[in-house]
Amino acid sequence: MADLRSTFAGIKAPNPFWLASAPPTDKAYNVERAFKAGWGGVVWKTLGEDPPIVNVSSRYGGLDINGHRMAGFTNIELITDRPLEVNLREIKQVKRNWPDRALVVSLMVPCEEDSWKRILAQVEDTGADGVELNFGCPHGMSERGMGSAVGQVPDYVEMVTRWCKAHTRMPVIVKLTPNVSNILGPARAAKRGGADAVSLINTVSSIISVDLDRMAPTPTVDGKGTHGGYCGPAVKPIALHMVAEIARDPECAGLPISGIGGIATWRDGAEFMALGAGTAQVCTAAMHYGFKIVGDMIDGLSNWMDEKGYTRLSDFVGKAVANVTDWQYLNMNYKIIASIDQQSCIQCGLCHIACEDTAHQAVAALRVDGKRRYEVLDAECVGCNLCYHVCPVSGCISMVEVDTGLPAVDWNHDPRNPRRLTLEEQG
Amino acid sequence: MKSAAIAPGRLSPSDYTRNFDEAKPPLEPHQALVDSSRCLFCYDAPCIEACPTGIDIPSFIRKIGTGNLKGAALDILSENIMGGMCARVCPTEVLCEQACVRSASEGKPVRIGLLQRHATDWLLSRGIQPFQRAPASGKRVAVVGGGPAGLACAHRLAMLGHSATVFEARPKLSGLNEYGVAAYKTPHGFAQREVDFILAIGGIEVRTGQALGRDVALEALRRDYDAVFISVGLAGTKALGVPGEDLAGVEDAVAYIERLRQTRELSKLPIGRRVVAIGGGNTAIDIAVQAKRLGAEDATIVYRRGPDAMSATEHEREFAQTNGVRIKHWARPVRLVGEAGQLVAVQFEYTRLDPSGRLTGTSETFSLEADQVFKAIGQVLVPDPIRDGTKQVLEMQDGKIAVDAQRHTSLPGVWAGGDCVAGVDLTVQAVQDGKMAAQAIDRWLGAGSR
Repeated sequence: MADLRSTFAGIKAPNPFWLASAPPTDKAYNVERAFKAGWGGVVWKTLGEDPPIVNVSSRYGGLDINGHRMAGFTNIELITDRPLEVNLREIKQVKRNWPDRALVVSLMVPCEEDSWKRILAQVEDTGADGVELNFGCPHGMSERGMGSAVGQVPDYVEMVTRWCKAHTRMPVIVKLTPNVSNILGPARAAKRGGADAVSLINTVSSIISVDLDRMAPTPTVDGKGTHGGYCGPAVKPIALHMVAEIARDPECAGLPISGIGGIATWRDGAEFMALGAGTAQVCTAAMHYGFKIVGDMIDGLSNWMDEKGYTRLSDFVGKAVANVTDWQYLNMNYKIIASIDQQSCIQCGLCHIACEDTAHQAVAALRVDGKRRYEVLDAECVGCNLCYHVCPVSGCISMVEVDTGLPAVDWNHDPRNPRRLTLEEQG
Repeated sequence: MKSAAIAPGRLSPSDYTRNFDEAKPPLEPHQALVDSSRCLFCYDAPCIEACPTGIDIPSFIRKIGTGNLKGAALDILSENIMGGMCARVCPTEVLCEQACVRSASEGKPVRIGLLQRHATDWLLSRGIQPFQRAPASGKRVAVVGGGPAGLACAHRLAMLGHSATVFEARPKLSGLNEYGVAAYKTPHGFAQREVDFILAIGGIEVRTGQALGRDVALEALRRDYDAVFISVGLAGTKALGVPGEDLAGVEDAVAYIERLRQTRELSKLPIGRRVVAIGGGNTAIDIAVQAKRLGAEDATIVYRRGPDAMSATEHEREFAQTNGVRIKHWARPVRLVGEAGQLVAVQFEYTRLDPSGRLTGTSETFSLEADQVFKAIGQVLVPDPIRDGTKQVLEMQDGKIAVDAQRHTSLPGVWAGGDCVAGVDLTVQAVQDGKMAAQAIDRWLGAGSR
C-alpha cells in the first residue's frame, strides 16, 4: 500500500487532500467532521479583523449541464462572519484534538503592516501549522481593497508576503487569483516576497446565469445580483494550466504548489500532483456530496499508485511537468487517425455529424444492407479527436498512431514554416 | 350456499377505482428532465425511422430538456395529431424504444413514450390550439369512420384548407381509443379530450350514428363530395367454430371491453370467477387483465402457438403476468362444455408445428374449468357496406381494402386507411394513414384550385 503522507512547505499531513478555505471549514463543528471523515488537512475559512463582515441572503449559484448538477458553482459569500476570538479559540481546540492533521489558517486583513502583524501573532498562538494569504476573492472584499485587489498587483503580493514572513515563523502560503492575464506575475512576486508556497486557483470572476423572469443575474438578492467567484469541475482546466505554468517556470523553481480548482476525485488530485502540486485542496465537491468523498480520494490514489509502482507521493509529483511545452515544440510529423470499433458502435451517428458539419468530412454515414454503418475515411482524417470526444461509448473510437516515416520536427524547423530557423540558426 | 359463477360487484368501490386508474403514471417534470438528458441526439436517429408517423424524436426530447415544451409538443403533433394517445397506447418497446441506441449500449432505452406524453399533456392541459387552417379551398371531403385514421385525415385536411365531414356509426369518435383500449391505459376521458382538441381547429363536421351501407352509401358520397376517405376499422369478430359457442358465459372480448369502457359503474359488470381468454393479441391481454381487475379469481390466456408468434408484445405479456394472468401456449379450443346452458369448462387440444411448419393438433387434450370464456382471436373487415350487391367495388388484399403507398384505393377519388387496410393494426399507423391520405387528397384536389 502506497504511502500517502505528505509534507508540504514543512506542514505534515497523513494524506495530501485538504479542504480549501471556504464554508466547509468555517467552524470547529465542520472541521471536526471533516477530520473524522479522513481529510488530511484543512485551510480554515478566511479570518479578518473585527467587527466580522455581514453576508447577504442568497449566496450561491450553480451551473447544471445536461442534468448534471453543479458542474460549475459560484458564490458571493465573504470571509468568515464570526468574531475573530471565536474562530481563534476553536482553531486552537481543533489543532489540539487533531495534532496529526494539517491546520492552516486563511487570512485577509487590510493592506497595512500592523493589521497583518497583529493577526499573525494571534494565529500563531493557536498552534496552527501555517497561514494562507487570501489574495484571491474576486467579489465583495476586493471592493474594500482586499482579496483579488491585492492578488492582481504583483507589487502588493510581494509586499504583503514580505510583511508576513517578517512577522511570523509559520509557513506562509500565498493563495493566487486566476483573474489575471498571466499567473506568473503574482506567482513570481510571492516567491520574491519569500513565500513558502503558493496555492491556486482561487475563484474566477463570473456571472453564472441570468434569471430570465427576474431579469437579473443569479444568485439574486432582492432583484439584483453581482459577479461571484466561480469554481467546481468546470474550472479545473484553467487551474491545471496555471499550476503547470508555475511548475515549469525557472523563476518559481522549488516553490511548493497546493493545487485547487474543481478537484472532486483522486484522479483530479493526481492530475494536479503530476503537474507539480504537493497537495490538493477541495471545496465544491465536498459542498456537493459531503465529506465522505475523501474515502475514494484516499484509496483511489493509493490503489492507482500501487498499480503504477509509486510508493510515495514524491515518486510522481511533478512527473508530467517536463511534458508540458509550448506549441512551437510539438512534433509536426506525428499523426493519429480515428478508428471505429464496429462491434461496440451503437450507430448514434454523432461522430459523423460532428465531423461532417463542423470538422473534416472524414466519417462516412453508410447503409449496408439497410443497416447504419459509420466509417472513418483515413485520407481525410486529421486526427483532431472530435469524433472520439462526441462518441458516447467508451472505447468505441480510438485514435491510432500512423507511421508517417518522417523524422520528428517542430514548427521552428519545419520546412512548411516560411519563417523557420535557418541552418546557421539551428547550429 | 354456492355463489353465482358470474357475478358483478366482486370488489369494494375503492378497488374498482384503483384497478382502473392509470396503470402507468406520467413523468414528473424532474423525471422528464433526467430522461431527456439520456437522449444522445443521434444523427439519422433510428427512433425516427421506427416511428410510423416519423416524429422527430431527438428534436422534441431536446426541447423538453431546454424547457421548450410547446416546441416539443408541436414537433410531435405536427407529425401525429394523436401523439397524446399514442404516447399511452403505442407498443414503444417494439417501435421507437426498441430502436433507441441506448437499448444497444445499456439495455435501457430513453423512455420516449413517457416523454412524448409529458410534452403533449403539457400542451393539451393548457388548451393551446397550435394549428391554423390554410385559406379555405371550397373542397369537401367525406371521411367515413371517426377513429384515429379518420380523425387524423380530417384534421390534416382541415389544416390544408379543405372541409371534412366525418361519418361515424357510433355515438362517440376516436374508435378503439374510446371503445377498445384497456381502461387503465387511457382513463379520465382522455380519448374525448383529444377528440375535442382535434376538432377545435375548425372545418370538421361530425355526423354520428351514420354507418356506411346503412345510413350513407359509398356511391352517394363519391357523388356529393370531392373525395372520400374510408376508415371503417374492423367491425366483425371471428368465431371459434367449435361446439358450445352459444352457451351462456361465452363472450366476445371486443364487445365486453366496449361495455366496460362505456359503463359508469364497473361494479355492475358481471365477471366470472374462472375466466379464460382465447387469442394471442392485445385484445386477449386486455380482456384477461381487466377480468382480473374486475375481481376474477383466475384468468388464463390460451394461445395456439408459441410466445414469439403472439402479436401481444413481450412487454404486454409481462404486464399480464404481473397482474396474475397465466399464459398457456400451444393449445386450441375444441369444445366449450356446458351444464344447463351455462359454460363450465373449455376443452383444449395441444398443438405443435408439423415438419412442414403448419400448425396441427396432437390429439391430446386437457380441460380448464371456466365460468366465462372470452373470444379474442381477431377482428375482420365487414365488407358488405363497400359492396354493390354481390360485386366488390373496391379491390381487396388479404380480406382488407387494398391501397397504394399514398393510401389510394382502386376507385378514383377514394382513399382508405386504418385497420381496414392491409398493414399493422396500431393507432400510430392509422394516424399515419390518415395523414398520408389527406396529403394525397390535397394534391389530387389541386393546389391551383385555391
